[in-house]
This record gives sequence, C-alpha cells and structure tokens, in this order.
Amino acid sequence: MATASPPAEPEKLTKKALTADHPTWCPGCGDFAVLAAFFKVLEKLQIPHEKIVTIAGIGCSSRFPYFVNSHGMHFIHGRALPLATGVSLSRPDVHVFAFGGDGDGFSIGGNHLDHAARKNVNITYVIMDNFVYGLTKKQTSPTSPLGYKSKTDPTGAIDRPINPMKRLVSGGASFVGRTHAAQVKHMMEMFERAIRHNGFSVVEVLSECVVFYPGAFDQGNPRKGGEFNLIEEKQYDNTPEDEERHDVTDEAAAYAIANLPFPGKFGVFYQEERPTKNQLEQKWIDSTREKVGSATAAQLIQQRFDSLK
Amino acid sequence: MSAPATSAPKNEADNNPSSSNPQVDLSNAVIRFAGDSQDGIQTIGGFLAKLAGRSAREVMTYMTIPSTISGGPSIFQVHLGSGEVLSAGDEADFLVTFYQHSYNDHIASLRHGGVCLYDTDHVELPEDRDKDITYVGVPITSTTIEALGGTARDRGKNLFVLGLVCQIFRLKRDKLIEIVERQFGRKGEDVLRNAMLAFDAGFSYQIGDIFSDAYTLREGTSADTHRITTDGNTAIVFGLLAGGVRFGAGYPITPWSTIMEQLRSELPKYGGMFVQAEDELAAVSMAVGFSFSGHIAVTGSSGPGLSLKMEALSYATMAELPLVIINVQRGGPSTGLPTSVEQSDLMQAIYGSHGDCPRIVIAPKNVQDCFYTALEACQLAKKYSVPVIVLTDQALATRIEAFREPVVDEVVIEPELDLETRGEDFKPYPLDGETRHAPPGTPMAGGKYPVVTGLEHDEWGHPSSSPELHQKMTIRRREKIKAFAEEIDLPEIFGDEEGDVLLVGWGSTWGPIREATIRARSQDRSLSSIHIRYVNPLPNGLETLFARFKHVIVVEMNDEGLYGNGQLATLLRARYCDPKIRSLCKTDGLTYRVREILKGVDAIVAES
Ligand SMILES: Cc1ncc(C[n+]2csc(CCOP(=O)(O)OP(=O)(O)O)c2C)c(N)n1
Ligand code: SF4
Ligand SMILES: [Mg+2]
Repeated sequence: MATASPPAEPEKLTKKALTADHPTWCPGCGDFAVLAAFFKVLEKLQIPHEKIVTIAGIGCSSRFPYFVNSHGMHFIHGRALPLATGVSLSRPDVHVFAFGGDGDGFSIGGNHLDHAARKNVNITYVIMDNFVYGLTKKQTSPTSPLGYKSKTDPTGAIDRPINPMKRLVSGGASFVGRTHAAQVKHMMEMFERAIRHNGFSVVEVLSECVVFYPGAFDQGNPRKGGEFNLIEEKQYDNTPEDEERHDVTDEAAAYAIANLPFPGKFGVFYQEERPTKNQLEQKWIDSTREKVGSATAAQLIQQRFDSLK
Repeated sequence: MSAPATSAPKNEADNNPSSSNPQVDLSNAVIRFAGDSQDGIQTIGGFLAKLAGRSAREVMTYMTIPSTISGGPSIFQVHLGSGEVLSAGDEADFLVTFYQHSYNDHIASLRHGGVCLYDTDHVELPEDRDKDITYVGVPITSTTIEALGGTARDRGKNLFVLGLVCQIFRLKRDKLIEIVERQFGRKGEDVLRNAMLAFDAGFSYQIGDIFSDAYTLREGTSADTHRITTDGNTAIVFGLLAGGVRFGAGYPITPWSTIMEQLRSELPKYGGMFVQAEDELAAVSMAVGFSFSGHIAVTGSSGPGLSLKMEALSYATMAELPLVIINVQRGGPSTGLPTSVEQSDLMQAIYGSHGDCPRIVIAPKNVQDCFYTALEACQLAKKYSVPVIVLTDQALATRIEAFREPVVDEVVIEPELDLETRGEDFKPYPLDGETRHAPPGTPMAGGKYPVVTGLEHDEWGHPSSSPELHQKMTIRRREKIKAFAEEIDLPEIFGDEEGDVLLVGWGSTWGPIREATIRARSQDRSLSSIHIRYVNPLPNGLETLFARFKHVIVVEMNDEGLYGNGQLATLLRARYCDPKIRSLCKTDGLTYRVREILKGVDAIVAES
C-alpha cells in the first residue's frame, strides 16, 4: 500500500476542505442549507478531518455523504443507524454522523431508531424531514400530514402521521432537537449542541422538498408569512419567568410541546445525561481485561482449550 | 507472521479405508440414553464424550432436543470407539430408557443382541418383546432417591446411570470422577456431594453377571495425545477468535444462539465486543459497520435470519467489504424444524441475494473442521475482501467430538487496525488489482476521503452508471472469486480412484458417507466418495473425477426439488451438464444412517 507521511501541522478544517462533489439535489432543495450549516459547525469545532465519518441510508437526503469530503458510507435504505452503531462502538476515536430522510428513519428504519435511542449509542443523527418520499418521487411518508395528496394517496393521506418528537423522546434518545432548514443560525446551534452531547443525539430538520411538497414548511418560516417559535429553556435564574420556561429533562413537558399544532415550536425538546452504550461496553471490556490479566489472544484460547480436555 | 494453517491436520488413515467391520463391539459402542430433557442426560453424555477424548478414543454424540422450553422427550447418544468414529451410529448397542415413552419410542433403535437397561420404577416391559435383546431392569428412580437420603426427589438419576455405565463398560472411574468434579465442583459442595453419592450408588449397584468381559471397551488407538472435546458451535467460536474476529453482532435463533452467547462473553476478554442487535437486519448492518471500521467482523444466524441479512450481504459484495457470516442450517422453510438438521440453505447461501452477487461459501465436515473453517473464513474474507458464509448445521452445532488440539501458536492471529496514511494514488477498486480500504481515522495524503457505496462505482469508488463500467466491475467481482477457485485443491477420492459409484457429499454428511464407503467396500462393492468443502466457488476439475465412475451420486439432506435433484447436485449438473450426476436426498430432519445411504445408492444404480 502506498503511504505518505501525514502533514506535520494538522491543517485547519475549512469549508473548502470539506466540500466534495457538487450536490445533485434539485435547485432550492432544503437539504443544501443543512449541508451548509453542517460545514459551518465543523469549521467551528475543528474536528480532525480524518476522524469525521458521515453515514447515510438511501433517499435524496441520504446522498449527504457524497457531498462531504470525509470518510463515509452510503449504505442501504433504513439501516444507517445500525451501521453507524458498528462504527461508533468499535471506533471510539472517530465522530460518527448519520443523515437521512423521514422515510429512511421513521419507516423502514423505525425499529433501528428506537434501539439506537434506548441504547444511547454515541451518534449524531440529522433527519431531513420533508414529509414525503423524494427520491422515489412523491409517495406518502410516515410524516405526511392527513390529506396530503401523493402518488400512493391520490385522494389524500388517510393514515395518521407519527409525531417525530414524541417518538424520539419515548424511544429514549438522550438529545432531541427540532429546527427548520430556512433558519441557518438556529440549525447550526442545534447541530453544535447535538454534537457536543455525549450519547444518541437527534435533530429533526424541516427541509423542504421543493419538487414534491413545495411550501410544506412555510407556516414555520417568517419570510413566508409563518411563525418560527422557539422553545424557551430554563435559565435557572430564580426569576418568575423561569417558572414558565421548559425544563429539557422533563419528558412530560417535552410531550406537551410536541403536541402543539403544526408548525409547533423549535429548539431542544429533551436532553438527559445518561451512560452511553459505548461507555457501558467499555466498562465491561476494561473489567474483563483486568480479570484475565491482559492475557494475549493465544493465551486466552489456550486456557479454553485446556478446559476442554 | 506465518500464514496460519486452516485445514485440520490429516488423520492417519485418511484415504485408505480399511475393510474392517466398523461394528466390532469390543472396540465400538453406541449408547443411547432416552429420557426427558430435564433429566440431565446431555450432561452425562457430555461426560462420557470428554472421557473418550481423554482416553484416546474417538467419540461422536447425537442428541435431540424438544423445541418446547419446558421439557419433553429427549435423547442423547454417544458413539465411543477405539478407532475412527464417523457417525453417531445407526443402531444402539446399549439403550437406557427412563420412562415408558422412552422405551416405546426407542426400543426399535436397539440392535439385535443389544442390551436394554430400563427403570423398573417407570417402565413395564411388553409381553411380545424381542427375545434377542437382553433386558436389565434397575429401579433407577427409587435407588437414586434412597442414595440421596430420600429428599432430593428424582434429581441425580443421570449420575446414577453414569455410575452404572462406568461399571458395565469398565470405564476409568477416577478419570470420570475428575470430570464430574470439575463440572459440579463449581456449583458448590452440596451439589458435588449429591452428584458423587448418586454416581457411587450406580457404580456399586449389583447388576448380576449378565455383563461379561465382552463389555469392556478397548482402549483407544488415537495417536493424538493432546485432544479437546467439544461441540461444533463452540469450535466455530474458537475458530473465529483465532482468526482475529474481535467484533460481531447477531440476533438469537436456534441453533445459532450458542455461538453468539459465547462470543458475547468471550470477546470482552480480547478487548472486543459482540452486540445483541434488535433484529438480523441490524445485526448484519452493525457487522458491516465493524468491517468498514477496519475490523474482521462476524454475524450469523440460522435459515430465516440469513434471509433477512441478504440485502446487506449484497451491499458487502458490491462495496467489497470483508465479512464472516455463520449460518447454522436447520429444517426449513420458515420456522420449520428449528431443532432438526437439514442442508437446504445451500442455494440461499450462494444465490440468496439480489443482483449478481458472488461470494464465498464453505461448509465444515465435522466438529474439528468447524474450527478450521471459521478460521479460514476470516482469512478468505480479508484476502478477497468479500463476504464468506460458513454453512454449518444443527447436527454439527450440537454434537460433541474429540479432536487433536490446534496448535495455538500456529493459528492465532492478533488483528491490527491499519490506519496508516494512504497515498495520493489511493484507489480502492483497481480493475487490475486487489481491493483496498481506508477505514475511518486514516489520513488521506491526497486530501480526498473515500465514501464507500452500494451504487456501482469506478476504481476510486465514485458512483457511476456507465454501462461499460458496470460490466467491468461485475467481471472484477466475479473474477476474484474465480481466482480463489484456482487455489482450491481437487478433493481426494476416498476409496479406489475409479469404479462403479462415486458418492459426493458436502457438510456434515461427510462422516456417514465415509462410513458408507468403508462398509460397502468391506462387502466388495466398488464405491468411493469425495467431500466438497468449498461449495462456492467449487473446485475446478471435478469432471475429471466424475469421468472415472459409472455413477456419481450426490448425497444431501435437502429436497430433490421439482426436477429430481438436490441443491448441490443441481449446481454440479448445471456446471458439468452430466446426466450421470444423480441425487440421493432426504428431509426427515435426521442425520443420514449408513444403511440409508447404501440402500439409496442401490435404488439409484438399479434404476439407471
Ligand atoms: C429496500 C429498499 N426499499 C425501497 C427502496 C426505494 N427507496 C429509496 S429512497 C426511498 C424513500 C426515501 O424517502 P426519505 O427517506 O424520506 O428520503 P428523501 O428522498 O425524501 O430525502 C425509497 C422508498 C430502496 N432503495 N430500498
Ligand atoms: S426531489 Fe425533493 S428532496 Fe429530492 S432533491 Fe429534489 S427537492 Fe430535494
Ligand atoms: Mg423524505
């Protein structure tokens, strides 16, 4: 294998260095803004370039890894999270980011979402929710609102959509945030907090599919006459206003906000510190290694062979 | 590091079947215990197997387990021999029946002239019983209860019977006790004391003089002094560990579960981890994640679970990622016969995924080979950057054999993560060379980072839908497997190099086919056999072997299908277009008996 010595001084991580192929998304697609915000946050955090790993399933939004110049994998539909789990658990030295759409995450990958959440695997997961299947050209998605006319519901969607925030909180995600692709600064704040969170952190971004669901999120966009209402989080400043503010560790309060009618509120719905699967597994490994006196593989196998005689 | 040996060291008599009758009773005994699953007959069967392993005897066990949890009829059969033991035995020489139902169901498995030991507390002999059989009634239940002081209900019956067997076959009492102590000592003093009381009660029980010297089992002749005794699933676990697997993921299903359970406990000792995933889709995806991260990774399942892994396995072929997949075959389709044996996943293993999806499939022949096959799977996966499926089965998974201890220093690999900077010329899929990967964390001198994809791609891994490229890359993925086929030795013929009948087998039918060959030849019949370990790709040149025989009969535990051929037979016919290739198939969920094979061969030969 051809090798070269690494540059002496790690280069500064810039948007330029992070830019790969020009995105193949339709002009105006909300996902462009998500990518731009991601670049800016990485620039700010200066994670070593080779330690960034972007992972996705299948969908328009799931093409994300091709547009980021980093180690990455474009996997199969719905399975980005178990794949990312494999990377995160076996490589504590890298930062694992998963990207995908509403179909990829809540429908075909729904079971994995619950389990990555309850296990609190250290992954940052960005869901670009456009309320529709974009790549396969306008079928109903699990977040399509009732009445949405798609190719699979020509007279309007009849199945109740899921509530992503409730789903994520009840699943056990330890950081749950919601933002809007038209609000780049807020989006960046959510990404940064999600990345800094130790555990399974998820950000749902309302990201418009301008082709199959134009205007879907105008109600949450002040420039389109909508309202972008933020969750006010507790400051713990002993003021009477603080009583009214949201305690991010309060699950029931998170539910109450999640129940608000569309477009609802944006910000951090829920956050808790609890041990990650990464930490719990490592603890078991460490205590086991200690018990076996850091024996080599050959010694360990020999011991077992001896017990089979 | 020298390349580790991945095939088992050869046995003395390897290709020279002796014409001696394998059923000589002095050197060979088949003991069947028939009771309920909660009676602990597996435990004493295991002790006998271990004793055989320590006494230079060959051994093979066979058991049936009810698929219900709360017990039910169960048997454990131990075939002990001082020479080569190739099957669990067609017929029992010695049958122990704990209940009336055990007696009723299993008395037919006893050979004429055999001995039936029965519990007089539970079994009543019928009037019209076979007069050729020696019946020995022992009040097993009440004597055990008495020996244990009357409080212990009927637990300990198994050890009482072990004591009886030790007495009857004049086994080495001290060696056996050592094994019992090792097992029960861990469970506390009381448990061990009760076990020994029951054992000694059986050992000193006055049976009378029915048993003469004829029942003294001859000492073993195995030249191997260092031998281990274990089951196929455990052998696979050690093969994987030796092969450098440190990460894996799976979802429970019988009979695969005991592999994942053991890996879950073993891997942390090695600094690794086995994850219980939410389903098989997640399990294989996590394993792909481990592999992408630069590790040798394993996942596994049994038939239904393998089906669920198929989409991701196609991905692994497309992205050329190394991965080891263990599939422990059971009776199918669907939930089928979860605790019975079948070889009906061959086509699924080779062709089960969408798209043109070449991969390697290897099948172990016995418990020892489970170790070496798993080990080799790790090496092949890495060498060819491809998924490798190990196709074992329920019979191998659960049966116990003794075999020569692998030399740890020759086989164990300490895996290393290669995060060395990759040069500007990094090209993962060169059309004219080996696959390379750059796992996350690898600095890229050229500043361009690789994105691994399931889309068709060029040599640099960039997605491309160029028709010409898809053709070229399809060829690339196929040719590297064909290159491996070039490396595979032609199987050796067991028996004469030419003649009337050539039996062809794969997987766990190896033993019964070999024994059938020996038996047929002792009857002066012209019959030879070959065993195919590499089922995909097949070795090249099989046609040269087939040409030397009048009949080529493929013996498999799967259905003959719509066109009269089992799964391997179908592949061989497709490859060689030779109508001489015929099939002997069955799907009763049981391993082949030697006489079943010989009868089947007679029928096929007669009709052609
Ligand atoms: C196993 C499998 N089933 C179906 C598909 C087809 N498919 C690709 S993307 C997609 C839906 C994508 O929707 P979403 O995840 O919301 O992503 P978007 O394109 O809207 O960003 C479907 C059904 C597939 N690739 N694989
Ligand atoms: S189809 Fe919709 S989601 Fe897909 S790229 Fe175009 S605008 Fe974006
Ligand atoms: Mg979508």
